[in-house]
Amino acid sequence: MNLTKMLLRRFLYLILLLLGVATCVFFISKMVPGDAIAAYLSPRSLANPDIVNAFKEKWGLNDPIWVQYGRYIFNLMQLDLGTSIRTGNPVMEELIRYFPATLELAFFSILFSSFFGIIFGIISATKRNSLIDQALRALSVTGVSVPSFWFAIIMLYVFYATLGWAPGLGRLNIRTIAPMEVTGSFVLDGLIAGDFDAVKDALAHLILPSIVLGSFTMGLITRTTRSSLLETLSTDYIRTAKAKGLAPSAVIVVHALGNAAIPVLTVIGVGFGNLLGGMVVVEKIFAWPGVGQFAYQSVLGLDFPAIIGVSLLIAVNYAIINLIIDIMYGIIDPRVRESQ
Amino acid sequence: MKTFFRLYRTNLFFSLGITVCAAWVLIALFADGISPQDPLAQDIIQRLKQPSAEHWFGTDSLGRDILSRVIVGSKLSIFAGLLTVILATLVGSIYGGIAGYVGGVVDDIMMRLAEMVLAFPALILAMTIGAVLGASLYHTLFALVIVAWPTYARIMRSVVITIKENDYIEAAQAIGASNFRILTREIFPNAMGSILIVATLDIGNQILFFSTLSFLGLGTPPPDPEWGSMISAGMKNFNSWWICTFPGLAILTMAIGANFVGDGVRDMLDPKLRKEFH
Repeated sequence: MNLTKMLLRRFLYLILLLLGVATCVFFISKMVPGDAIAAYLSPRSLANPDIVNAFKEKWGLNDPIWVQYGRYIFNLMQLDLGTSIRTGNPVMEELIRYFPATLELAFFSILFSSFFGIIFGIISATKRNSLIDQALRALSVTGVSVPSFWFAIIMLYVFYATLGWAPGLGRLNIRTIAPMEVTGSFVLDGLIAGDFDAVKDALAHLILPSIVLGSFTMGLITRTTRSSLLETLSTDYIRTAKAKGLAPSAVIVVHALGNAAIPVLTVIGVGFGNLLGGMVVVEKIFAWPGVGQFAYQSVLGLDFPAIIGVSLLIAVNYAIINLIIDIMYGIIDPRVRESQ
Repeated sequence: MKTFFRLYRTNLFFSLGITVCAAWVLIALFADGISPQDPLAQDIIQRLKQPSAEHWFGTDSLGRDILSRVIVGSKLSIFAGLLTVILATLVGSIYGGIAGYVGGVVDDIMMRLAEMVLAFPALILAMTIGAVLGASLYHTLFALVIVAWPTYARIMRSVVITIKENDYIEAAQAIGASNFRILTREIFPNAMGSILIVATLDIGNQILFFSTLSFLGLGTPPPDPEWGSMISAGMKNFNSWWICTFPGLAILTMAIGANFVGDGVRDMLDPKLRKEFH
């Protein structure tokens, strides 16, 4: 098994990709019509050429573009993401602060969408063309068609404002004290500290945003599980398994599911990528203090070091998820293991 | 065409999708005629009124009729969804077609560039472009196309690479057809099926994406009625549920319709799936 070689290749490719992403943002930042610094300085400061010059000097904007680009890439290589123009803090620090909240939400959301997506997909495939199959297919198309920002508002209106079943915005109630930070995930930290009220509160706050964020991915997973399972169920070895008298449930669990899993895994990976992008909207509406909110504020403020930081973080995450999935392919499917 | 009608008769979802989409297209075409009131007319006394006989969908914070705004807003959503997909298909197909046909180093470089855009979180890229250029319909469309084309380039490339191996391409080369002629006469027509499947499935996505950008304040500037920005305005009057609900249902039905049609088109064109319907 040539895992090291594969990892090395993946790593090199990732570096190239990140360079590409960084280059993209760098040149977009130079596309700003008029004077880029107008976004950062007040009109009064802009009127003063000394201040403008000092600002340009400070951020190295007086150098030719290739020098700026070179310096920028050089800094990136040393994992220096620069300073956020909007907040004045190092971008790396900001990302480390916001990322745990996002990761926690993403985790629960993918858990929700995989669990229901796979179960719905199995029911749909085994009861093919029945009423329940049609209903679940309609549900999965609704999942991929619902605008998440609208869904979020409706969920909040119904379950928080009207019924009062769900807690409001943010990660915890105002009265709940956040557990001592170890991992940054309130659920894990609460468990570590033995503070079960905090765990309960954190979980309650996770429900609505996880459902909203996960509905798209759930739709995708339901669909893929259904079609992949149907394809597997029509193969010869399944017919053999049925012919030798295995119970239908045993056929599905023992023989079909494992073989149908690879496309499903791929979609879970794609879904995770979508999730990190969809964060922007969901975090904004649920006042979730994560990377998505940070990204939203940064984009509106044209804070390019921060935008680059967020983009690189998401690209790295995406690459890691896909790597994990590729390794899982090998665990599930011996054919893939051989070729790796 | 025969397949189309069979699909329409046998596939419940497809017929539903076609009906919903046709309804929306008709609404959009005759929007100005059927909207009961002026979508821009403000009436402060009638502000934040619940749905009633006079205002079926209620009124917003400026007293504008929401039903009229939803109807007129359909023009923009359909326009944005279709135009984005058409432009992205064109750009992506030509780009991917050339990369696949030429092959070698050119292909490598071209596809790495496309992947660079794909590696980007789409929403953040589109938002950044929108924010840099300033909120306007055409800037938003530009951002959507920039984000969407690489997918088409990838598909086109892979299709072209498969088609290139066929004998009839070699035959065309042998009788001295130019590369341009081979690309436009032989390869593109044969690749259209695969592209069409993706493109129809993509329309719903692009409508969603467009409304998301508008919701975030990066679409058409007010006061033009646009579903995403109407919902964003409704969020500020959280307790007047009707302001958000109706434009959202409009987006939802349109996207569901487009997705049903897209699924149907895939079933119709994908030969592997077609046998299910015979």
